[in-house]
Amino acid sequence: MPAGLATYIIRRLLVIPLILLVVSFITFALGRFGPSDYVEIQAGPRANPETIERIREERGLNDPVYEQYVRWLMDFLQGDFGTSVKYRGVPVEDVIMPRLWVSLQINIVVILLSWVIALPIGTWAAMRRGTWLDPLSIGLLLVPASIPVLVATPILQWLLVVQLGLLPADSWSDAEYFGVKLGVFSKEAILAIFLLTVPTLAGIARFMRAQVIEVMDQDFVRTAHAKGLAVNVVVIRHIARNALLPIVTLFGFELAALTGGAIIVETLLGIPGMGQFAFEAVQSRDYDSIMAVVMLGSLLFMLAMLVVDVAYGFIDPRIRLGGGLQQ
Amino acid sequence: MSTFEQVEMVSEAPPSTSGAPRLLRRIARRPVAVGAIVVIVTIYGLGILAPLIAPYGFQDADLEHIREGPSREHLLGTDHIGHDLLSRAIWSAQTTVIISMTVLVSAGLILGTSLGLLSGYKRGKTDFIIMRLGDIFVSVPTILLLLIINASLRDRVDQWVGGLAEVTGIAWLNEPGVASYFLVFGALSMFGWVGIARLVRSQVLALRESSYVASAEATGASTPRILIHHLLPNVSNLLIVSLTISLGAVAAAEVTLSFLGIGIQDRPTFGLMISEAVGLGNIREHPHMMLVPAVFIIALVLSFNLLGDQLTDVLSPRRR
Repeated sequence: MPAGLATYIIRRLLVIPLILLVVSFITFALGRFGPSDYVEIQAGPRANPETIERIREERGLNDPVYEQYVRWLMDFLQGDFGTSVKYRGVPVEDVIMPRLWVSLQINIVVILLSWVIALPIGTWAAMRRGTWLDPLSIGLLLVPASIPVLVATPILQWLLVVQLGLLPADSWSDAEYFGVKLGVFSKEAILAIFLLTVPTLAGIARFMRAQVIEVMDQDFVRTAHAKGLAVNVVVIRHIARNALLPIVTLFGFELAALTGGAIIVETLLGIPGMGQFAFEAVQSRDYDSIMAVVMLGSLLFMLAMLVVDVAYGFIDPRIRLGGGLQQ
Repeated sequence: MSTFEQVEMVSEAPPSTSGAPRLLRRIARRPVAVGAIVVIVTIYGLGILAPLIAPYGFQDADLEHIREGPSREHLLGTDHIGHDLLSRAIWSAQTTVIISMTVLVSAGLILGTSLGLLSGYKRGKTDFIIMRLGDIFVSVPTILLLLIINASLRDRVDQWVGGLAEVTGIAWLNEPGVASYFLVFGALSMFGWVGIARLVRSQVLALRESSYVASAEATGASTPRILIHHLLPNVSNLLIVSLTISLGAVAAAEVTLSFLGIGIQDRPTFGLMISEAVGLGNIREHPHMMLVPAVFIIALVLSFNLLGDQLTDVLSPRRR
């Protein structure tokens, strides 16, 4: 590992806690700023106001926001994420971890699947540049990308589950493979994976197409053709390989886009993942759970971006990472 | 759901030097692009002219005709409270126009472009602060933060807009749903500017080394002058493409926000119409309730995506 890279990674890693600190404070303050709190919501409309006030006092919800924040931060730094109010006193990490695992499985499968499908399509489209097949293929992919998941989900559910009976009514299972809960490989997960994968195809295929066209016109490709190599060999060994490199940068954006779509798909299909949990947590003002989800989400996203930037530096040595904090 | 997420994908396109008339002529030769523009103009036109052409008001309920299919009185049928679906769709288009345009101006042009220009041109400390600020907005799970903002601030924004109406005497501020416009527009702008700013910055970083910028500096041109007269025109092509795609993204984002209850309230939107149709679980018996808004929003988003694709092709000579 070159020295510049190590410094770069350390510098980036040092910025992460700072950003997390700002994010945590904003989220915390915004959360407490609200008109209602979890005591009121849990107690319901007929509870005695004095009791509500007493519980607030006990839990320190009447203290100034910065005092509450410092208390939360101290606990958080010691690894105590607090307790979930919605799930009656269960530690937040115990509620979140199984859900994080569910969302992670889905995300990984969706990203891999979308690359496996979209990259060949993008390459194929680039090869047919100038013919009507090129705009048609990308255009066709843009159609599902333009359909809101909110529309696609109930229609597909109705068609595949109710009418045709091809898929089971449940959208998630606790199936275990090799002693690990891997619901993503069960029949139940097909609908969710489909709904999340298809809209991402157009963007990836379009990007791949642009990259392939960029590489196609370069001298070494002409040389390869001139040597008399078979077209397939040139495409796979020379063109696709080089065009693939910049695709890595899409990873981070895909990850961000997925978390957005996942909230709706998880909520509509009843999949016990992070998206659904986050939605519930905000609805019930489950303060500690909200904080944990935001912190975890931001941390994972920033780490993913760092990995992408570093990988990009390895792949393309022309990009010098040591030059500064900027990507 | 970051509004401008797709923007990064077109950032590879090198800036082209063609002027506006030539650009228009090139687009006119592409049937797909022309078709997309026609659809966009039609839906936006319906929205802008909503008060004039909508057969019914958005709150007019015909309680004797509930969940009915198309008829002579209600061309596209009615929903569960007897709202005329065609009228609701037209009013929804108005909402989309208002949200898209305000977000375009605030997030795209004012925040995104100016911060991107500044960041790329000034570099150093300014650049660092702006870009780290962007990192903060990009790294938080957007929808989650929007949910929190909505839970905490909706009542306050309502009060604030109500107060503003009293102080200024502007009557339309008191109309139903106006307060939620401010909330949605603010939320989308807050998270939407980062993509555009990064894109503009990356272009400006390359452009600022060019000789015409150096000569402008040598003649003593002020920073705003260099930014607006020398740098902005050279990133404008790229901006057009990104903003086109982002307009579709804003329209699509509205659907997500409305479903999660953080969108517009008391005014019809495509997202609300779809959510109502989905939430009542009656897509089987009354598919038209879902299909009417769905067709509008899909047509609009698809047109923006296709147009963005076509513009990318037109503006990047190497890809043709």
